[in-house]
Amino acid sequence: MKLLVPVKRVIDYNVKPRVKSDGSGVDLSNVKMSMNPFDEIAVEEAIRLKEQGVASEIVVVSIGVAKAQETLRTALAMGADRAILIETDAEVEPLGVAKLLAKVTAEEQPGLVILGKQAIDDDSNQTGQMLAALLGWAQGTFASKVEVEGDSVAVTREVDGGLETVKLRLPAIVTTDLRLNEPRYASLPNIMKAKSKPLANRKPEEFGVDISPRLETVSVSEPAKRSAGIKVGSVDELVAKLKELGVAA
Amino acid sequence: MKALVWVEHEGGALKDATLSAVSAAAQLGEVHLLVAGQDVGGVAEAAAQIAGVAKVHVADDAAYAHALAENVAPLVVGLMAHHEAFLTPATTTGKNIAPRVAALLDVMQISDILSVEGPDSFTRPIYAGNAIATIRSKDAKKVITVRGTAFAKAERTGGGASIEPVAATAGTGLSSFVGAEIAASERPELTSAKIIVSGGRALKDSETFEQLIFPLADKLGAAVGASRAAVDAGYVPNDYQVGQTGKIVAPEVYVAVGISGAIQHLAGMKDSKTIIAINKDEDAPIFQVADIGLVADLYTAVPELTGKL
Repeated sequence: MKLLVPVKRVIDYNVKPRVKSDGSGVDLSNVKMSMNPFDEIAVEEAIRLKEQGVASEIVVVSIGVAKAQETLRTALAMGADRAILIETDAEVEPLGVAKLLAKVTAEEQPGLVILGKQAIDDDSNQTGQMLAALLGWAQGTFASKVEVEGDSVAVTREVDGGLETVKLRLPAIVTTDLRLNEPRYASLPNIMKAKSKPLANRKPEEFGVDISPRLETVSVSEPAKRSAGIKVGSVDELVAKLKELGVAA
Repeated sequence: MKALVWVEHEGGALKDATLSAVSAAAQLGEVHLLVAGQDVGGVAEAAAQIAGVAKVHVADDAAYAHALAENVAPLVVGLMAHHEAFLTPATTTGKNIAPRVAALLDVMQISDILSVEGPDSFTRPIYAGNAIATIRSKDAKKVITVRGTAFAKAERTGGGASIEPVAATAGTGLSSFVGAEIAASERPELTSAKIIVSGGRALKDSETFEQLIFPLADKLGAAVGASRAAVDAGYVPNDYQVGQTGKIVAPEVYVAVGISGAIQHLAGMKDSKTIIAINKDEDAPIFQVADIGLVADLYTAVPELTGKL
């Protein structure tokens, strides 16, 4: 079976984002960008399914600026077979992304689409669920374990109280949680090899879907700053403070 | 505007997260609730008592027993013919269902709102809470998930809503529930606790975590949380995790023990009223947000603190 893995180029998770002074957004100029961490986990899981002999081919897809090519090359270096870039300078919302991915899915006919559970820039946590809805497929969100068995997949999900296992009819959508796996690093020979793997360049217009934004960002601001705290010198002082707060008797 | 709120419940009891979503919905218009599940008569009765609720829709069917998104989303979409907004708490259940509903309605979902600024306008955190976006929705119908800690909880009593059964939509058969491993805890629930004691990587192993963090939490009547590092190292189960990818909390008092304060963690707790940090590294970022800091070795400071309380 073929696997489709959508990946997103986002601000590196180690970078502390700065809000632009005019309130128009977050300053992304000259900031290190990387593959969204949850998407790395999705790529890794796809590769493991291929190594287990469950999957035959891994196609990675990204929607975004020309530089998103680098993100796709990273996925190819990890072990994906080929890539599709849907190039656009416009910001595409999860609904638009899901619509484009639904078209790609119709073309590629994968047995499983594995996405990250959320992107660390917009923190939406929507695309996988939306894609499942548009395709009429089952969804296994926040997966910490994925086991393909014949024409179904068992997905263990991280839910608020603990873990939950659901069985989904294939084809299906899975979104990855942090504990699903530990993504591998691409080795230098594999990075070189990835340069010659196929990468198709497409445009959103080819797919004939409406991706115009539904949400308008009015402004972006810094969160309220916390006022400076104090340091206490001993446990006794801390106990006294806790008593002041009414936390300790 | 009529707003439909998803009622989250477990074991026949209505969960607190629902009450915050009701408060958010009340700022939009008339509040209706949806109770879906199997044998949920009792939950519906409790839901009808919530202050400010006009109507409770009840869908009682085996297909809704485990809130599988595939089965529940068509039910919600049917009800959305008569409602202008659908709100869920931003819990794992809400986050699983709401985007599926939104896509079926062809609208963009608004995730994890912090405030309602107007009928179309909301604030929400982006970049792990490092920025707050004000957004305006152009969609005719709104699908929204609500950050529980950002809204006061509606009163559980004082309401007198009518209860109306909803005809069940057929199960889709796309998915089935196999089983669950729910971590048992006698301590308060993390997301609704007034006090939280949280431990990080510095605890070294699960035994130390238990020996140091649990007694302190029990002395304070607190819930226990953990950083991602502590969870990944296997000290505690992952439902203890506080952070961007775990639970978002805002207790009265948050005690961070041996937690450095990475932005991923801060995103989950920096709205706490008072933050107390115990860390031996005086340059740890946690001290930049802590109201009260103690630079000390947690192996001596925590037992001493527990003993003196």
